[in-house]
Amino acid sequence: MPETTPLPGQERFLAPLDETPLQETGALDTSSPPESQWKEAWKELRRNWLFWVSGAMILLVAVVVIAPGLFTNLDPSYADLSKSLDPGSSGHIAGYDKQGYDVFARMIYGARASVLVGVLTTILIVVVGLITGAVAGFYGGWVDSVISRIADIFFAIPLLLGALVGLSVINNLFPDRGEFGGIVAVVIALGVFGWPQITRITRGQVLQVKNMEFIDAARAIGATKRSNLLRHVIPNSLPPVIVTATVSLGILIVAEATLSFLGIGLPPGVVSWGNDINAAQNQIRSGQRIGVMFWPAGALAFTALGFILLGDAVSDALNPKRRTE
Amino acid sequence: MTTPVLQIKDLQVAFRAGKKLIPAVRGASLVVYPGQTVAIVGESGSGKSTTAHAIIDLLPGTGVVTGGEILFEGKNVAGAKKGEILALRGSSIGLVPQDPMTNLNPLWRVGAQIKEALVANGVAKGKDADRRVVELLEEAGLPDAERRARQFPHEYSGGMRQRALIAMGLAARPKLLIADEPTSALDVTVQKQILDHLDSLTDELGVAVLLITHDLGLAAERADHLVVMYKGQVVESGPARQILQDPRHPYTQRLVSSAPSLASQRLSSERARVEVREQAVQTAAEIAEEVATHADEFGVGQATVVEAKNLTKDFTLPGGRPGSSSAFRAVDDVSFTLARGTTTAIVGESGSGKSTVARMVLGLLDATSGTVEFDGVDITTLSGKKQQLALRRQMQPVFQNPYASLDPLYSIYRSIEEPLRTHGIGNDKEREARIRDLLDKVSLPAAVMRRYPNELSGGQRQRVAIARALALEPEVVVLDEAVSALDVLVQAQILKLLNDLQGELGLSYLFITHDLAVVRQIADNVLVMQNGGIVESASVSTVFDSPREEYTRRLLDAIPGGSIPLGA
Repeated sequence: MPETTPLPGQERFLAPLDETPLQETGALDTSSPPESQWKEAWKELRRNWLFWVSGAMILLVAVVVIAPGLFTNLDPSYADLSKSLDPGSSGHIAGYDKQGYDVFARMIYGARASVLVGVLTTILIVVVGLITGAVAGFYGGWVDSVISRIADIFFAIPLLLGALVGLSVINNLFPDRGEFGGIVAVVIALGVFGWPQITRITRGQVLQVKNMEFIDAARAIGATKRSNLLRHVIPNSLPPVIVTATVSLGILIVAEATLSFLGIGLPPGVVSWGNDINAAQNQIRSGQRIGVMFWPAGALAFTALGFILLGDAVSDALNPKRRTE
Repeated sequence: MTTPVLQIKDLQVAFRAGKKLIPAVRGASLVVYPGQTVAIVGESGSGKSTTAHAIIDLLPGTGVVTGGEILFEGKNVAGAKKGEILALRGSSIGLVPQDPMTNLNPLWRVGAQIKEALVANGVAKGKDADRRVVELLEEAGLPDAERRARQFPHEYSGGMRQRALIAMGLAARPKLLIADEPTSALDVTVQKQILDHLDSLTDELGVAVLLITHDLGLAAERADHLVVMYKGQVVESGPARQILQDPRHPYTQRLVSSAPSLASQRLSSERARVEVREQAVQTAAEIAEEVATHADEFGVGQATVVEAKNLTKDFTLPGGRPGSSSAFRAVDDVSFTLARGTTTAIVGESGSGKSTVARMVLGLLDATSGTVEFDGVDITTLSGKKQQLALRRQMQPVFQNPYASLDPLYSIYRSIEEPLRTHGIGNDKEREARIRDLLDKVSLPAAVMRRYPNELSGGQRQRVAIARALALEPEVVVLDEAVSALDVLVQAQILKLLNDLQGELGLSYLFITHDLAVVRQIADNVLVMQNGGIVESASVSTVFDSPREEYTRRLLDAIPGGSIPLGA
């Protein structure tokens, strides 16, 4: 650092003081109301057009499920064989299927069973996956090994194949289980093979969260392991679980339809999209009135798309890193 | 008359957020001459890195140059075509980036990455380039360069990676090298080696260096000319020594008085420390007496509040084959005492085992062997929940990362309330009064209660973490790198707060840090750790004035700016 005369442009310079007034170091910004992370995510979600589109789609499906009577006054289980494959007339925009059922009415009433299976299965896998994943990740050791290996085994079996076999077993054990029993059977069959995904995601997230400093701080305060898990670790692990659960709702509805299409899902008496797609497949072979299939299939695609889009929107809102771009 | 290699005139840079433009750099000007080292100093958010990145058109995200000129060898490059900038990058202007961990592609051999720089700038091709890579690595101070060139980044230490990045930045013999916090992620001794090497290398080659740093001491030591930035503006610039000895802008004055590396040589900070200690020891003695006379208090009230005896910690690492394992000794036979009302600092570089010691003292980690006694009670053999909870009340931690030490889902109120709730202290109303009182102690307004951690700055969060640690009225606070992640001015504030609280409440601190410079401002005794063991243990003045061990001396020498005489 030799002392020499400064070169041009490097003379001593001092900015006028009024240009950059000194601020109090570490002053608190109170210009906006307090905001929790959940509130912030909600605000972010409301700004996303994807959320409004998918929300409207799901809302429409929900209304159809709760009050199908608003959309049609026809009985979905009334068949008029004389109208078999009739292209329809006024009041019957979708016409009739092979058995003479009204295709539109069946599409409307089919929503209930399909959505019910999706929602119940999602609740089942989230509850099971969250508990097993959190316990495995938090306690580690042999508990983790046991849970993770069991999850791996179920993960290795393809969802549809597993559910197919599971349902045939249930069918053999309880041949007469009624409409609701049929739904429960499908929920169990899908749930048994669906939970490992949630377990894995929760476990990974818990492993990450449990090493953060605020967990150590809580331990140093004297909080027990269990209260640490319930109060800090699980709430902070929820965001990716919520995203996955939303997306899997759509996927599970499709899975139910696939099972019913294969003739092993919901019992034939239940009005559901999968059963109707199954019934309509003969039209594809015969080439008569292929349109019959589009109604339940379209409704199925619409619903699944709604949940998958919502999952995307929620994921954007909950992941601040992705938000910045 | 030499012509400047780089001249920035009234540069304006803004970031686009939606439709708005948020200014980041507002009218910055500076000049760099060939062969010179110019440093831009400022804290995070001052616009120093943004200014540097604007020169080579590498502004992150939505950044745009909205005004001013950047003249490189007399030619305006602000707003130049992509192709022209590309031609400049590497060949005329080199860059040494901040983080050596993420700036090398982990899937490529280091040699191949340097070769890429050579080929891209048309310096050499094929076999020639291979030979040149080895020369460059040797030049950057990597021994056994031929073998090293064939290795992958994960086989390098942090310092070696930074050397490789320097080799890459200088590969095409640029006229200007931009070094953006080149050593901030490295240990001090490595930092000194790297900077020394960079100095001699750029001198030899006649390369001008634009050094971006938050460390005023480092800047003053390495640069001829200093540019101090604050909130996007240049507030003061001039010859480095003049600025350091006679700072005129109030911001620069604050910086000079807060920079730990500079402040640590000031006797005033040591005198202030003596006053704090006297007060703290006295208050602590009163507390000790109370503890000794009351049977229901935890401990016996002796003068040594924490005593670690022969602490050792082994970690098991998985071995080469499944089922096999090997032991790694992170802490090796560490013993020390902490006297009531004083601060003992544990200083060491990364991997020295200092944080592991802290975790064992806190009881968050079991020791492989050895004991920790708190006020005469062995904490490793505490039986029963009640006794353990009683110990927790007496000893609380404050951690390094202010962004990770508070639960992001908890409001500040809930965070500070948690210890009170866990220990069943008071009812809702009493707890609220206590929280207000605690916030007041750490100089935060009560309005902060209803806010969430993501709304606070790093310094504010660290205050909240301190308030939470004090909620249970502990006797000992373990500060694990508690000020390391903060900007200098905020760091100085927190250190002052800790000193005030110690005097007022008679606290005893165990202060873990990698930064020897801050030690003088807060500690009374120092333990220097290296590779899990204690190298030197003495009072602060002994360690600073007459260090016994070679390693301690090296640590002291590495404090940037420590050798610069100060006017005031």
